[in-house]
Amino acid sequence: MIDGFIALYIFMLAAFTGYEIIGRVPSILHTPLMSGSNFVHGIVLVGAMVALGRADTTLELVVGFIGVILGAGNAVGGYVVTERMLEMFKSSKEKSS
Amino acid sequence: MSEFVSMRSVIEASYFIAAILFIFGLKRMSSPVTARGGIIWAGAGMVVATVVTFLYPGMGNYALMMVAIFIGGVAAWVSGKKVAMTDMPQMIALYNGMGGGAAAAIAAVELLGGGDHSLVFGILAVLGGMIGAVSFSGSLVAFAKLQGLMKRTFRFSGQQFVNLLLLAATVVIAGVIVFAHGDINLIMIFFLLALLLGITMTLPIGGADMPVVISLYNALTGLAVAFEGFVLQNAAMIIAGTVVGSAGTLLTQLMAKAMNRSLANVLFSGFGDEAAEASEITGSMKPIEAPDVAVMMAFADKVLIVPGYGMAVAQAQHKVWELAQLLKDRGVDVKFAIHPVAGRMPGHMNVLLAEAGVPYDIIYDEDEINAEFATADVALVIGANDVVNPVARTDPASPIYGMPILNADHAKNVIVIKRGQGAGFSGIENALFFLDQTRMLYGDGQEMASQLIQEVKSL
Repeated sequence: MIDGFIALYIFMLAAFTGYEIIGRVPSILHTPLMSGSNFVHGIVLVGAMVALGRADTTLELVVGFIGVILGAGNAVGGYVVTERMLEMFKSSKEKSS
Repeated sequence: MSEFVSMRSVIEASYFIAAILFIFGLKRMSSPVTARGGIIWAGAGMVVATVVTFLYPGMGNYALMMVAIFIGGVAAWVSGKKVAMTDMPQMIALYNGMGGGAAAAIAAVELLGGGDHSLVFGILAVLGGMIGAVSFSGSLVAFAKLQGLMKRTFRFSGQQFVNLLLLAATVVIAGVIVFAHGDINLIMIFFLLALLLGITMTLPIGGADMPVVISLYNALTGLAVAFEGFVLQNAAMIIAGTVVGSAGTLLTQLMAKAMNRSLANVLFSGFGDEAAEASEITGSMKPIEAPDVAVMMAFADKVLIVPGYGMAVAQAQHKVWELAQLLKDRGVDVKFAIHPVAGRMPGHMNVLLAEAGVPYDIIYDEDEINAEFATADVALVIGANDVVNPVARTDPASPIYGMPILNADHAKNVIVIKRGQGAGFSGIENALFFLDQTRMLYGDGQEMASQLIQEVKSL
């Protein structure tokens, strides 16, 4: 079980990690990085799957179904646009080779 | 029973690996050299986490799940592949909104199920649901605005007060829901209010500030995902959500700083509301023809190109890069100078130039390149306006006063490629255009770049 202070510790350490990762990023990467982090919270798909998997009533099923559609959209869309943007970042050396 | 336990460990171990892959991937994405590999690492993490979730104990509705993943996945895949690079910011807003909506949906299912949630779980579920719903509707408004589906900004007096009232009402109902388990009507009202709040919060914000808002909603979605992760006891969601929440918050601050705006300023005041009495600019704009510009650049030692969103709209970046290559072949030192907010959001212009094939090591940030303008023979400004306007340094009455700008006015010659004589995005006259060393090359960006290419070739 993830409970009480364990949860707080995870939260704190993960928050520091996120802050450190972005710390000295050049502004040329702001847009792709925002897109990349947008992709990472697509992990919400996993939660939506669990929610739908446990749903009983019709209303829960409908909401869970929509949730999984939205979560899958976040994960897949986030990946595709980030990959497309980063694909284009090449240095002069890579260009000529 | 032991089988059940080991299955549980497999799932937990997979989530652990996914969390590591996410963090590793994001870290690699923060440097241009390793960025391309980064998204692939993070993508692998997502695949691992998604696949293993099918093994989760006590679940059903697998057919529905597959159909939903298929629908959402295919729709996003197709739209993501098709979207033009210039429209990237609103696409990010759209996908981000979907994530927020998914978090809200998780909260809704958990709350509707009622059950014996502890107080902390109830609070986190409600909080995550509220933030997710606000992020969902807010992001959709941001998308609509940038896509041009919504042209006006809606403002009325007392708007802040109405928003505050909405927020208070949502929080009160949230509090009631925490204690009254599973009341369908209350839960519906709660989510409707939260959705409404997202809309009314975003409507008054102008298009120029949208990138900061999208970035903020990105961070908020991360937070909502983390909260729902606690509710579902899912470590991968907690870690990934929290990392995005904090990274996104920092990114939002960096963006706001690059635009010389504070976050509070973006959220709670409209840009250019108070019509500033900017001092009159004297002088005249002096036109020039393409052949003269070609000669000027071909025989220069150093040419700095300052591209703006106007260049991207005219789809001129390929031609501009071709021109730059021609000049480089003649031995001219060519560099691209990018203002942090060139394009629609920080870094957007770099993406657009990268698409045209410009290598990132001849593209320079404002603070790296600004000193070099003094030694440049030609500064070629194409489709940029406010980011090279010297009144940001000199005129305290100007709305853009204090914004860091590119010192194009320090170059020996300034060539401005521009469609007509109108003012920029912010509606402010540009003092650069009236300087003695500035010449205006009127015309469409792509057409002018093509003409310059022809002229340089014929020299």
